[in-house]
Amino acid sequence: MTAPALEVKELQKSFGAIHVANGINLTLPRGARHALIGPNGAGKTTLVNLITGVLRPSSGDVLLDGEAITHLAQAARTRRGIARTFQVNQLFRALTVLENVYLAIGERSGACRRLWRSAGAERAVIDEALDHLQSLALVADARKLVKELPYGRQRLVEIAIALAQRPKLLLLDEPAAGVPSSENHLILDVIAKLDPNITVLIIEHDMDVVFRFANRISVLVAGAVLTEGTPQEISADARVRSVYLGEGQGQGHGGAP
Amino acid sequence: MDANKLAPTGAAGSVAAARADAANALARRDRFRIGEALPWVIGLAAYLVFPNQMVLGGQTLIMILFALSLDLILGFAGVVTLGHAAYFGVGAYAAALLVTDLNWTEPISGLAFAAVFAAIAGFVSGWLLLRYRGLALLVLTLSMTIMLQQLGNLFRDFTGGYDGIPSINIAPLFSRFDYDLYGHAYYLYCLGVLFVAFYVVRRIVYSPFGQALVGIRENTARMHALGSPVHGRLVVAYTISAALAGVAGALFAQTNTLVTLGVFDFDQSASVLMMLILGGAGRLYGAFVGAVLYMVLQNILAKMSPAFWQFGIGLLLVAVVLLARRGLVGVIDDALTGLGGYLPWRTWGKR
Repeated sequence: MTAPALEVKELQKSFGAIHVANGINLTLPRGARHALIGPNGAGKTTLVNLITGVLRPSSGDVLLDGEAITHLAQAARTRRGIARTFQVNQLFRALTVLENVYLAIGERSGACRRLWRSAGAERAVIDEALDHLQSLALVADARKLVKELPYGRQRLVEIAIALAQRPKLLLLDEPAAGVPSSENHLILDVIAKLDPNITVLIIEHDMDVVFRFANRISVLVAGAVLTEGTPQEISADARVRSVYLGEGQGQGHGGAP
Repeated sequence: MDANKLAPTGAAGSVAAARADAANALARRDRFRIGEALPWVIGLAAYLVFPNQMVLGGQTLIMILFALSLDLILGFAGVVTLGHAAYFGVGAYAAALLVTDLNWTEPISGLAFAAVFAAIAGFVSGWLLLRYRGLALLVLTLSMTIMLQQLGNLFRDFTGGYDGIPSINIAPLFSRFDYDLYGHAYYLYCLGVLFVAFYVVRRIVYSPFGQALVGIRENTARMHALGSPVHGRLVVAYTISAALAGVAGALFAQTNTLVTLGVFDFDQSASVLMMLILGGAGRLYGAFVGAVLYMVLQNILAKMSPAFWQFGIGLLLVAVVLLARRGLVGVIDDALTGLGGYLPWRTWGKR
């Protein structure tokens, strides 16, 4: 039996007396479509930061394909095949869409080490960048500055960059957050069509998205996994209902159930 | 032509056209444009029109080079430093000591010698300091330059202390062109060196590496997430920047025939920063516009009254920072864009 694509073991993280991760366990087999839900402040983005190496855990382990990567820095984990999107856009706003994706590929392939060659002469990088843009129907926007795009399209660029990193593991942190519902389908279509070989962990508040997309769901509450199961199991779980209806209500999430 | 709308209905041709269009735009962005000849035409014209101003002209070219070196790290990579005079100073002293202590007077190899020393200084300090950003980095670069200055004062026998190193007499350029009192040969020498340095910087900023520097400036966190060795990239850029600042310092030593510890003054670091902000950081030609304006204004206003000069440059800076954040070249960009949408040079996005 092959090792799971991602394994999170007893992950702990505290800032002083506050435990933001309190013994999180999570296992994603290769190709998983796994959703992480939970009320505000449950530690979902913290978990993404712990997996990607933005934060170091106080204790516990993160394993990628069975190998511990807990000691590795963010850049090293990226090179091992972890990519993420951000809850709030983290784009190169003053650069064109093409240049944004170009950077992702250039840093992955090592092209960005070259300083005596024209960036435009890297045809392989440009062609691959355009392939990614084409698959997300962004080619017509390639020459536009990112900040000139509507927010929904900016979210697509966010995903295009992550895909251009050719990830084995993709972490989507609320990919549809802030997108007007009229543009929502753009994001959902893209997520539905992701390469089945990529293991995907998605954080999402919109239950429609979660149920459409995920075949497993983990519920994170107060820094620990409350329960895990299929969408049917989760929607039938009384504790989950109480967490969402009891505490999750009124915290201002666009797509809360 | 909206390729996105047409794509699903099978108009693959328009997607292909949009792809080619985008790829071409990227491939052609570093072609030399007609407007880029302007600074060099002006540089040569100045030589013919103001033959009596060539000493000021040479000093201005040196400051352009200094500001250009700062532009690479500040304008493109977004690293704000207040210690760039350190590398100018190291280059100046390296070039001076090469002549006075080692009796090596050939000027061009002198520049290379200075570049190497400044690059070493840039590499070591960059490797140590570029882990920090913002205020911490400002203070660290500032203190490092002060420490270097005091180090120079400590080893007085070697550096001449505050009296400096006098009579740095270099050999004729290409063992042929001697220097006259009016600085004619010096001016052309500086113009040639500036051109080479400009070509180097221009190539770098249009390279994939240069694109990564702009990426670091625009969003460092995302570059980390892309697996970019951000610190390494910055150290490389900083080392090149320091080497070029060292060349500027070496030119200063060679044309001035005197170097004192004044080259490490805070004033130097601040002036070069002001020139770059004035002209526009991160746009290559900002260094040209800023340095020329600064030097010419200094010359004219300071002749009237030193207070006039200080006040004048202060007022101008305030105006630029408040009204034209992207510098004077940014203002010209906007004006030309408004007129017809054609820019004779490329810009790196509006901020």
